[in-house]
Amino acid sequence: MIRIERLTKKFGSTETIKETNLEIHAGKIFTFIGPSGSGKTTLLRLIDLLDRPTTGRIFFDGEDTDGTEQMRLAVRRRMGMVFQKPAVLNTTVAKNVAFGLKFRGVPEADARQKVQAALDLVGLPEVTDRRAVTLSGGEMQRVALARAIVTEPDVLLLDEPTANLDPVSADLIEELIIRINKKSGTTVIMATHDMIQGQRLADRIGVIMNGSLVQTGTSTEIFYQPGGRDIARFVGIDAITGGIVMENTGGHAVIRVGDCCFEALTDIRKGQRAALYIRPEEVTLTPADSSQEITSMRNRLNGRITRILPYGPYVRVTVDCGFLLTALITRRSCSELGLAIRTDVVAGIKATAIHVLAEEG
Amino acid sequence: MDDIAQGVIQAINLIVTLNPDVMQIAALSLYISLSATLIAALVSIPAGGFIHFHEFYGKRGLIVVIQTLYSVPTVVVGLVLYLMISRSGPLGFLGLLFTPEGMILGQTILIIPIMLGLVISALSGVDKSISDTLIALGATGFQKTLEIVKEARYAILSAVVLGFGRAIAEVGVAMMIGGNIRSQTRVLTTAITLETGMGEFGLSIALGIILLTVALIVVVTLNLITSGLSSESQQILGGPRG
Repeated sequence: MIRIERLTKKFGSTETIKETNLEIHAGKIFTFIGPSGSGKTTLLRLIDLLDRPTTGRIFFDGEDTDGTEQMRLAVRRRMGMVFQKPAVLNTTVAKNVAFGLKFRGVPEADARQKVQAALDLVGLPEVTDRRAVTLSGGEMQRVALARAIVTEPDVLLLDEPTANLDPVSADLIEELIIRINKKSGTTVIMATHDMIQGQRLADRIGVIMNGSLVQTGTSTEIFYQPGGRDIARFVGIDAITGGIVMENTGGHAVIRVGDCCFEALTDIRKGQRAALYIRPEEVTLTPADSSQEITSMRNRLNGRITRILPYGPYVRVTVDCGFLLTALITRRSCSELGLAIRTDVVAGIKATAIHVLAEEG
Repeated sequence: MDDIAQGVIQAINLIVTLNPDVMQIAALSLYISLSATLIAALVSIPAGGFIHFHEFYGKRGLIVVIQTLYSVPTVVVGLVLYLMISRSGPLGFLGLLFTPEGMILGQTILIIPIMLGLVISALSGVDKSISDTLIALGATGFQKTLEIVKEARYAILSAVVLGFGRAIAEVGVAMMIGGNIRSQTRVLTTAITLETGMGEFGLSIALGIILLTVALIVVVTLNLITSGLSSESQQILGGPRG
């Protein structure tokens, strides 16, 4: 559907998008995740042909979009975009939603029907005649979504569509995105700094950091096998560095970090340096004096709790095992196990839950 | 104090009896100033749109020049135009000197900078995200411009009202280009100047009151149109949400 080749974008001397190559397939949901200011919005604007790239090309259905304004307008009209801060014009909701149809010369009677259908789809059938500027943030975002889909675009671009919304409104928008994708087969390209949202919605994810597309893959690949330390940190994984592969038998390796040895699956050869990436929710904790057994865990590490941080219905527990290891457990587990700062614990990790990357230097 | 009191009484008398001379002067003032406002609006709105929507070398400098011209003295405009349209001037063949049309031209030149500057400000006041949204929705350049001008309509209307206010209140251009010829080019401001000079304070005060009244009527009418439009849209749209 969309192919990006060697794309860059500079504003003055600042390279906001570094050389990027990407292919997004029709009918899929593709999500760009990355910290604020990493270049996600710039990339979306380039894809929507709102800005021209400094170098490189964007192909839409095989057609190079680097043409005349007329040609770019024709391609742009096959897309719809929802911005992070929805802008509505000072007129009725119906007229706001109808703008795209009006620009395309759709007869008024047809436009009225399509507008009503779009507003029904986003759950706002009653607000047709209300002034758009009087809507709440969540309603305004849904109107912006209706306005983008009313023209039945092949591609829907969404820039942080749930930022600044309450959880209920955000859930509603997410449901709508999935419904639009499933119902019409619309390709959805979304930018979000909310990695959990990206994980929930996307068929494929692209991680953007400092203007570079550093990794693309499925949510499992991104969240369990991050391509580097920065990506790991962004997706919530602490790295344990300074490991050395002591032995490797057919991909089953023993890696020493300080005084501890880990068993993990990797192709990294004996003697090489390695960093370990472990998702906090893959770490189990048991008090050291407990009689409970952790039978299936290949790795057991003794340590002492140094920090307990509330994290919604969970707590993030930091354990000092000679290096810092983070575990994510429910609040209930935490209190039932009697965990507190300075409690001695045994941390358990399955060998398959450890992602290993070679460390340079 | 007597002069003022007598002036007010005379003013009321002239207005109530619809004195033909006074009515003729008021009508001519209104004709000239409204014509100048209309022409200036027809020039300023598209020109303001062009300046706002296009990037070109010297744009910032041009806006500074326009803003400086807000305060150009009316007599300077009168003098320059006089030199242009006097019989020996380059536009002398048009025969505009000492005619209402010449006065319309003068007032148009006088109010274009302020109207143009305020139209540019009005368009700049429309959020940049509106422009991006319209482009993303598939608007052509012309469609985008039209919608943004519509979005700024109330601020643009204010620019037009302010332009009219400057036109009807000015005296320099009217005096120098019109010549204050009775029944031909005498308008409210030049008549006030003349009558005051002749010691006819009553008539001057009467004309002053009429000038203010005419300005008030025009401004109130434009405001009613504006608030009428807003309340109409409020009514259609169900009013603001709590």
